[in-house]
Amino acid sequence: MSTASYDKKTQAAHHFDSLDQQHEAGKQGVWLFMATEIMMFGGLFVGYFLYRFKFHDMYIVGGDSLNWQLGALNTLVLLISSFTMAQAVTETMSGNNKKALKLIYVTVACAFVFLIVKYFEYSAKVHHGMFPGFDMWNPDMTYIMSQLRESSQGIITADPANLRLFFVLYFAMTGLHGIHILIGIGLMFWIIKRIKNDEFSPKYYTAVEGVGLYWHIVDIIWIFLFPLMYLI
Amino acid sequence: MSQSDTHSHGGNYINCEKGLWSWLTTIDHKRIALMYFIVIMAFFLFGGLFAVLLRLELLTPEPLFMTGDMYNRAMTLHGSIMVFMVIIPGVPALLGNFALPLMIGAKDVAFPKLNLGSWYCLVIGAAIVVLSLFWGGVDTGWTFYTPYSAKSSDAVTLVVLGAFVMGFSSILTGVNFIVTIHKLRAPGMTMMRLPLFVWSLYATAIIQVIATPVLGITLLLLIFERTFGIGIFDASMGGDPVLFQHFFWFYSHPAVYIMIIPAMGIVSEVISTFSQKTIFGYKAIAYSSLAISAISFLVWGHHMFVSGQSGFLGKIFSILTMLVGVPTAIKMFNWVATMYKGRVKLDTPMLYSINFLSLFTIGGVTGLFLAAFSVDVHLHDTYFVVAHFHYTMLGGALMGFFSGLFYWFPKMSGKMYDETLGRVSAIMTFVGFNLTFIPQFIMGSQGMPRRYHTYDGVFAPYHITSTVGSWIVAAGFILAIYVMVRGMFKGIPCTEKNPWGGTTLEWSIDSPPIHENFTEIPTVTGRPYEYR
Amino acid sequence: MSHHIVPLKTNIITLSTLVFLTAVTVLTAKYIHLGENGNLVLAMFIACVKATIVFGWFMHLKYEGIMNRVIALCGLGFLLLFVGLSYLDLFFR
Repeated sequence: MSTASYDKKTQAAHHFDSLDQQHEAGKQGVWLFMATEIMMFGGLFVGYFLYRFKFHDMYIVGGDSLNWQLGALNTLVLLISSFTMAQAVTETMSGNNKKALKLIYVTVACAFVFLIVKYFEYSAKVHHGMFPGFDMWNPDMTYIMSQLRESSQGIITADPANLRLFFVLYFAMTGLHGIHILIGIGLMFWIIKRIKNDEFSPKYYTAVEGVGLYWHIVDIIWIFLFPLMYLI
Repeated sequence: MSQSDTHSHGGNYINCEKGLWSWLTTIDHKRIALMYFIVIMAFFLFGGLFAVLLRLELLTPEPLFMTGDMYNRAMTLHGSIMVFMVIIPGVPALLGNFALPLMIGAKDVAFPKLNLGSWYCLVIGAAIVVLSLFWGGVDTGWTFYTPYSAKSSDAVTLVVLGAFVMGFSSILTGVNFIVTIHKLRAPGMTMMRLPLFVWSLYATAIIQVIATPVLGITLLLLIFERTFGIGIFDASMGGDPVLFQHFFWFYSHPAVYIMIIPAMGIVSEVISTFSQKTIFGYKAIAYSSLAISAISFLVWGHHMFVSGQSGFLGKIFSILTMLVGVPTAIKMFNWVATMYKGRVKLDTPMLYSINFLSLFTIGGVTGLFLAAFSVDVHLHDTYFVVAHFHYTMLGGALMGFFSGLFYWFPKMSGKMYDETLGRVSAIMTFVGFNLTFIPQFIMGSQGMPRRYHTYDGVFAPYHITSTVGSWIVAAGFILAIYVMVRGMFKGIPCTEKNPWGGTTLEWSIDSPPIHENFTEIPTVTGRPYEYR
Repeated sequence: MSHHIVPLKTNIITLSTLVFLTAVTVLTAKYIHLGENGNLVLAMFIACVKATIVFGWFMHLKYEGIMNRVIALCGLGFLLLFVGLSYLDLFFR
């Protein structure tokens, strides 16, 4: 095998001329992967906007029945985790691997907080019959009414059937986002293991930076999901 | 850096390591290309078998040996296999993998492990698709249109999952190629000195990276629709079935350019080499590849002229679709101009490339008929569409693919195939192909609808000619594969580095190449195709 | 070029800006009524600003070469195209 062991911190893989070239290539690969992420979520955003155009009243009802305080909390948690991740990259680049390790632990903790909050949100929705899958769709109308703003009280009688579609998109988009968070946690543990093995140095930190980019894109998607789902 | 000496004793990339395991875990791009060769040829024969069976069924107006259900399943399998498992990975993943690093003077692609991973994605996805046969097969057609695909047999979920996994294969290959082209070029290999096949792979990779994720999310939603019943494409729950078509064609129209652009790249190489003449309009060909890949994202609605899309948008898509003709025509002009006054050698790769030129021209021009909004209303869902699609995909992409296979054959295997039999196969496929599909243009314009296993007796002469033609095409391709496989094992060793007189970098190294391609990374000083 | 280390201070400023903009998003959406579309456009505008900040500073795009910016913009550009043309369909159907 050509993956014979060599010191990754000082030597590039066999088909690269230098660590710099290897780093640049790796980073560009991650950026291309980010473009695919944008397009993949983009498809769901197309769905969101098309149905919003068709059933915009139901989007208001649906948005009101979500708990925006929890959404805002999660936004904050993700922003902080993005910050710790960015700072972890900074520390790795300056050679402070121990600090970087601590920061990544905080990032993972934030990711878990996000998922726990999401779990409570989801279970509340399922409890009130608002999960649009299998045969579980049986929304508790009095509950939804109680959640509505005054300005949208009149809408609900119009066409409650299409409310389902809002929740389809809600669960599809936040669900896919949640899966990305899970994958992100997996990647963090991979990074943690490699930091503990002392694999990174100011010259070789592509993996940390790549996972960082991934984590920020997950954050960006949430930046859009939060207002679209919870606020407007 | 220091690894090359540990491998130098092995000779070339094929025999430097032995055993099945060394192949399955290899991260050498040339070996991965050979593994692609094996699986893609197997799928090609499998998909081709269904094509022949379909044509055989259509020999008589009455059902011959298939029920309608069987026919639909065979048709879907033929389409899915040929599109997702043969043509999409065919040129970029097989020939691209082999030739790209050699042509730009690199030791490997940028991410060798990812490259192996994308081979496994293809194999796993394909295995899932084949598994669906045991669940009774799929009868939706390769486009999986909702709402039918949401209600049809359980096997749909499996096939869609398979296509989803294969999508990753395509994305990973695309990412790999873009980075390789940007970061691993040999010293002096500027973008404007890249061989045209590399340019076409670059344009293809852009589509693979940008469009394939949309297919991923579409198929994922279809799986959710089927398993959870979420109703996002179900009109009875407020969903919009046309949305599925938007999603699907946003990927699948650019996907046909994933299939054709690299074939165009191969033809550029072959025509220049076998005319022994500098390619006419290098920049025009390079930029037109990029133009096609950009325009390909603007035309998906022409698949939906009659599916309830708005008429206004239909007109816009109709006009935009015509635009694709411009860069394609530029390429055609340049290829013919390259051959003009060249020293044309009619060897097998060149014959296949000439097949490409003539057949793809017909395919492209009939594409303009179908792009015209009003004409399409008459022609949609007839054999005219079938014929057009096969002229571009079989007559275009696959002819280019085989041209490339024969062109790089001596480099890949270090041996020479039987030239006479190779030429015979090229001529057979050309004759058989036209015999199969010209009648389909005629009966399509007369109103013979596609996807039926029975038909009115007046179409019988066309269908019979078409079926007979399909036997000749099949025989031609089987002969071509036989020639290659036999050449690999029993061919005369071809020790010459440059049997065709090519000017690109891969012809400056041993055939077959050593494990790390170049003993010394070359420095490029001029453009490719500098003949005389 | 690529080994630009972003200092802690910059990261803190970036985080504070993002948190501030989140607060602005919530407050405008809840307490300023611009009509449905008005609020949608405003919220999307703020989200775009936030995303740009994340792209630029957290993801270091500000310090990158041209190519990675082009890749990111390509993704966004084709996405807009996808949204735009599909939206046109619904609008004129």
